[in-house]
Amino acid sequence: MITTQELTKRFGRVEAVRQVSLDVREGDRYGLLGPNGSGKTTLVRMLLGLVYATSGSITVLGEPIPRRASRVLPDIGSLIEQPAAYPHLSGRANLRLLDAAGPHSTRRTRRRRVNEALEEVGLAGIDTRPVRAYSLGMRQRLGLAAALVRRPRLLILDEPTNGLDPRGIRDMRDLLLRLNADGVTIFLSSHLLPEVSALCTRVGVLDAGRLVLQDQLADLQKPTGRVLVSCDEPERAVSILDGLVERRDGADLVVRSADPAELNARLVAADVRVRALAQERRALEEIVLAVTGAGSDQFGVPGHEAVVSSPAPAVATDSALAPDSGSDSAAVPDLASAPDSGSVPDSGSALDSDSDSEAAP
Amino acid sequence: MIAVELFKLVRRLRTWMSIATICALPLVVAIFIAVTHLEPPPGQGSAFLSAVLNEGQLYPAAALALVLPVFLPVAVAVIAGDSIAGEASAGTLRYLLARPVGRTRLLIAKLVSITAFTTLSVVAVTVTSYATGVLILGPSRAAAVGTAPGGISSSIAPGVGGAPTAGLQAGAAITSLSGAPLTFIELIERVLGAMAFISVSMLGVAAIALFLSTIMDSALGAALGALAALIASEVLVTLNAASAVQPYLPTRYWLAWIDFFRQPIFWRDIQRGFAIQAVYVVVFLAAAWANFATKDVTT
Repeated sequence: MITTQELTKRFGRVEAVRQVSLDVREGDRYGLLGPNGSGKTTLVRMLLGLVYATSGSITVLGEPIPRRASRVLPDIGSLIEQPAAYPHLSGRANLRLLDAAGPHSTRRTRRRRVNEALEEVGLAGIDTRPVRAYSLGMRQRLGLAAALVRRPRLLILDEPTNGLDPRGIRDMRDLLLRLNADGVTIFLSSHLLPEVSALCTRVGVLDAGRLVLQDQLADLQKPTGRVLVSCDEPERAVSILDGLVERRDGADLVVRSADPAELNARLVAADVRVRALAQERRALEEIVLAVTGAGSDQFGVPGHEAVVSSPAPAVATDSALAPDSGSDSAAVPDLASAPDSGSVPDSGSALDSDSDSEAAP
Repeated sequence: MIAVELFKLVRRLRTWMSIATICALPLVVAIFIAVTHLEPPPGQGSAFLSAVLNEGQLYPAAALALVLPVFLPVAVAVIAGDSIAGEASAGTLRYLLARPVGRTRLLIAKLVSITAFTTLSVVAVTVTSYATGVLILGPSRAAAVGTAPGGISSSIAPGVGGAPTAGLQAGAAITSLSGAPLTFIELIERVLGAMAFISVSMLGVAAIALFLSTIMDSALGAALGALAALIASEVLVTLNAASAVQPYLPTRYWLAWIDFFRQPIFWRDIQRGFAIQAVYVVVFLAAAWANFATKDVTT
């Protein structure tokens, strides 16, 4: 859907984007991560033909950009930084105007398409108030509606949840998942890790203009070969699992094991009551921090731990840790890369990582 | 896209406020003259003003002379300066271009919209000032005399199209600047000529403002830049030392439309005026296009 080769953009002496080779496939929910100022917006603008590349090539929906931009842009819905609308017109008038501005817009279906787009973003009951009177969240929804009016095959969204409240973020995520299920490929850029880890199937990480990582999220978050166990008699558990326990923190153990079910069976067989047991996976935060430069500490504090606890004994499942489960549970950081961070509880001081828990209704 | 731009133009309050302001100035002037019966002595003040008490039907010409130096160029520069820079700073430009609207198409649509605004302003000034002239300043004395034989007083009917044929003889006594009489039809033709000339003169300003609008993201900056260029031109036009460049200044032939009211029409300066405006329009539009088509849109 989107490929770029060695894409570079220089503004004067500043290299905003350096040799980026993106690969976004059909059906992806692709999340482009990176701190503010890492080149995300410039990259998005280049994909839409707004900014011209210094070198390298771009292909979107099979056509070269910017040369054939007019051919592919009608199939792309976009949200570029903040939404924008003519403040003296109503939201509906704005959508009609924008739709009429592009080529091949069918006047016959315009009213219906505008209404459907407004409905999808939750602005169906929109009145005739001018956009000037809208809240930030309403403007953001209107911007998304504008991206949907043409029924795009590809959505390119730059920071789509900016300015949305927790409910709005949740609505946006649900809408994008629904559209994706209907075959719309989604490419979004964000500096909010929880947003990306809750939504995306594939991530790319930009750091100072370079694409330092690009992979399927599921591959990046493969189990690390460790299991987190919380049980009533940790001393006994340690002796049963002789040599496998890497670390102990009160009743919580970090155990080296590739098979959590087998581990659980061993403990239960020895009459140790297991409160929680889960495979450790690397948090997206750890992954991103490991590949971004030392200077980019804008993602929040490293070390982000939460042990899943369940009232029922002997729960042997790692389903709670699936990336889109919605629970803010997840994983202990990779011990190899951050040996001391395991004991740091989730202090909530990381600005970005807060949003996920807030998003819960 | 042109339809979209025209829609945006008519839906903006600013458009109508500017036109109302432009039309209000001649009205205020007419009221003062009518109340005091004092008009500038011939050769002083704005063109034609010295004659309007005698000939109310000439007031559109006087009104155009009143709004031409400042009001009209300011309004045109504001609208044209806002055209690209305003969209850029509001953020709507990137959404238009991503829709996609071709950059050349957008420039053309903006130009059409600015031309429509200019023409609309000039027409509005002419029509309102004709009504003002006839209703407030009264019909020309000569016209009043002329109606007597025909016995038709409707020669003073407001509205250009509504004037009956009988009024033609009635208006026949309106005098040109050269002293020779003008028929009512001739007057209409000449007013239309003047309107066309003034509209085209404004397009030169519009092209400069549009060009500036593509190189800066501030609508105000673009409008003021274009006005600064005009003021500089006005200064140089009156400066003898600058006589070498005077024929090429954008405002050099601005007043040439007065020549439409000579008998016969004095074409030389009018033609030069059209030509110089055409050059400005072509040069600055080409510059605007060259700049805008290759520009990175980062706002």
